[in-house]
Amino acid sequence: MKGMTSPIFGNLDWTVTPYTDLLQQVNSSTIVSAGAASVLVLGGIAVLVLFTWMGWWGPLYRNWLTSPDAKKIGIMYVTLALIMLARGIIEGFVIRAHQATALGTLARPESGLVSPDHFAQLFSTHGTIMIFFVAMPLLIGLINFVLPQQLGARDMAFPVLNQISLGLTASGAGLVMISLLLGKFGTGGWTMYPPYTGKDFSPGEGVDYWLWAILISGMGSTLTGMNFAVTIFKKRAPGMHFMRMPLFCWTSLCVAIMLIYAMPALTVSSAMLALDRYAGFHFFTNDAGGNMMNYANIFWMFGHPEVYILILPAFGVFSEISSTFSGKRLYGYTSLVIASMSIAVISFTVWLHHFFTMGQSAGVNIAFGIATMIIGVPTGVKIYDWMATMWRGRVRITTPVVYLTGFFLLFVIGGLSGIILANPSIDYQVHNSTFLVAHFHNVIIPGVLYGMLAGIHYWFPKAFGFRLSETWGRRTALLFVGGFIFTFMPLYVLGLMGMPRRSPTFQNPDFMAWMYIAAFGGVLMLCALASLVWTFWTSYRNRLALAVPGGDPWNGSTLEWSTPAPVPEWTFPRIPHVDKRNDWGEKKRAGDPWKGPETYTDIELPANTALGLLITGGSFALGFAMVWHIWWLAVLCCLALPGLVALRGMRLIEPKIIPAAQVEEADRRFRQQVASLAPASRADEETERNRGVPDISEFAG
Amino acid sequence: MSENSLYPGLNLGDKHGDAHVQAESTVFGFWVFLMSDLIIFGILFAGYASYLDPIGLAGGPGPKELFDINSVAIQTVLLLVGGVAYAGVSLTVKYGHGRGNLVAWLLVCAAFGAGFLFFEVRDFISQAGKGGTPQVSGWLSSYWTLVGLHGIHVFCGILWIFAMIGQVATRGIDDVVKVRLSMLGVFWHFLDLIWVGIFSFVFLVPLA
Repeated sequence: MKGMTSPIFGNLDWTVTPYTDLLQQVNSSTIVSAGAASVLVLGGIAVLVLFTWMGWWGPLYRNWLTSPDAKKIGIMYVTLALIMLARGIIEGFVIRAHQATALGTLARPESGLVSPDHFAQLFSTHGTIMIFFVAMPLLIGLINFVLPQQLGARDMAFPVLNQISLGLTASGAGLVMISLLLGKFGTGGWTMYPPYTGKDFSPGEGVDYWLWAILISGMGSTLTGMNFAVTIFKKRAPGMHFMRMPLFCWTSLCVAIMLIYAMPALTVSSAMLALDRYAGFHFFTNDAGGNMMNYANIFWMFGHPEVYILILPAFGVFSEISSTFSGKRLYGYTSLVIASMSIAVISFTVWLHHFFTMGQSAGVNIAFGIATMIIGVPTGVKIYDWMATMWRGRVRITTPVVYLTGFFLLFVIGGLSGIILANPSIDYQVHNSTFLVAHFHNVIIPGVLYGMLAGIHYWFPKAFGFRLSETWGRRTALLFVGGFIFTFMPLYVLGLMGMPRRSPTFQNPDFMAWMYIAAFGGVLMLCALASLVWTFWTSYRNRLALAVPGGDPWNGSTLEWSTPAPVPEWTFPRIPHVDKRNDWGEKKRAGDPWKGPETYTDIELPANTALGLLITGGSFALGFAMVWHIWWLAVLCCLALPGLVALRGMRLIEPKIIPAAQVEEADRRFRQQVASLAPASRADEETERNRGVPDISEFAG
Repeated sequence: MSENSLYPGLNLGDKHGDAHVQAESTVFGFWVFLMSDLIIFGILFAGYASYLDPIGLAGGPGPKELFDINSVAIQTVLLLVGGVAYAGVSLTVKYGHGRGNLVAWLLVCAAFGAGFLFFEVRDFISQAGKGGTPQVSGWLSSYWTLVGLHGIHVFCGILWIFAMIGQVATRGIDDVVKVRLSMLGVFWHFLDLIWVGIFSFVFLVPLA
């Protein structure tokens, strides 16, 4: 089909879109591909038209895309993640729909909604998107938004680098997105194991899309980890000792350390695979001394810490909300700190349990099996700590608490199925089956997704000045809980019945009943997604009724609740001095927490810059050029990217100064507004009487 | 900890005021980044060890046929002396010995780095001539990747040196430039550290 590589367009030509396939053959599979590509194209056009019509390009560029403010960068990360989440959930639904129709016969083995190759692309993009472009941006976004506020810092240690990290993540996501329209994605699953993904067995652009999306966004994540670590080590407010930091900051520190040490492994394994594919190296090939086990080892040296990178921020969120919404101090702060750090360290010693069956000795398997079981201990400590926090508290069943409850019930099941898999002899029986698929969805959805959505719900008022609708929030949470149960519990059964994961087809009619239940779960997940979108929309429409200008809608105890909602770009009028753990709560106890500072000074903020945007464009073009072998563009980008950085280095960059008078005026207005608002009791928390000023006499955290 | 050792490398010291304070987080951050880079090299070292067996060599040329230990010794001397030469840069900045000295020391470092690269590239070319290209075996792939990546780092270090000379020329030795030179120093010494590992494990171990 493909001719010679063109010097200008590389391997790109008019046949690479799914419309060509549709013209050649009309069936459900090609219709789904072409439909997905059309959604991308029409969605892009719709956004272009909408932004042009509303005149939003200028404000978007000035206030968001060029802003080095960590809070805005955090919001952009979360937005990116939610867009990718929509695609990931829809793909998950198509996977379920396909398997519900995939009962084949020996005479006609290929059946179902999509073709086997298309199905393989679906589970590969679904996994890649959900891990790298939903979970990671969600947690990095949330940490970006919350961490500096909780630490009492003005911003991240390296604001412009932060912007570049976002840009690199976004261009990785862009590469995965554009693969809907141009060419195909890889079919090797989200781990892309060679030798199958080597040039011999997977020619074409598919694996290359994955490689460049991972290499580029992985670089962004490494830089983010460094940024978080330096922020926590060097930018805490005076008096904010380590053991006074909120738990979310502790889990962020664990994440930072793990990002720094785990991401390089992914970079190495992907770079080696890229060298195999582009330059004919023999790291992982079948012949000439290649060794694919090295890929499995290096990939999972990243991959296992990665799952704890994903879960620990959620643990941080649950620590905050279990305390806030039960009106009690967090139980066992020190044990939670020790448990988080233990998880971070032990997570580097268990990677081999991802391939117990690959032929190493029983002794090695046992060592890693035991390490895997040990990591369950600190996790168990945490669950008990949160339950003890809520014990006899005045628990309000807000949306985050619904997520927390779902997490308690489901995550423990997922954790226990992990302990089962940690036993190598059992793992031999169920590895590579849908039992495993059920297990990791069982920890990632109730852990990461619920945690992040709970966190978004919890901190949303701080970002936008109004609460999200509790009614719709709870409905969404319940739908996600129900959707999870119906989709994934059947997969445990199917796995034990012997169904291999990633099967495009199967011949056992006994599977069908469970397949239909799982497909129904997929429908519930779609409803949950729709309900999530509706939550944002309906809350936006009711934003006046839901507004909380007082900035402390949940009667919280950490520093971020001391500022207005939405929080001003300088966050704190003066960097606070911290005297105790839960400093804001202690100030409430002492009475009159909203006393303003006596004097104000000029505030220095990093100036806006287009550097992040330029790097986004350059890195996207680089990845795209490499995928399609457009060498001139790749060379150009390789020269332009360091050139941009070098040019910026030559320039003197003046910071943005916010004059003291402006800060004072805004801050005094906020204090007057707080004084004029009627304090809301806990019972009124969900009503319009909650204007963000809580009744501090009720504070008990 | 004394106030004069806030971050890795030679500290600028209190009399540099803002630059010293700013360097605390910036140089520390860069050091953290290098630790992540160190992991990359660590994994490549482990990979190299795993390919250094008859299966990994896959019948292709091996260390004894390809390595020219004299050339490697020359490279080692050039790189390490180049590393020591950076002390000239650091001390010039710390004690304010002027732009001319600073640029001269930077050029000395770049010259040693370029000398190192000259011998390294010459080795690569002669190895390729003996049939030792990375496409031949798993071991050669890992050798070229590990040593090549270090070489690319040295090349980037030289580019960075010239970028800094450009900055010194256009904006002078201001606070930002001082902090960047401190980072460059940490980077330049880091390359020596990696090379000590390469010299020992990549070249000496298989020849021993």
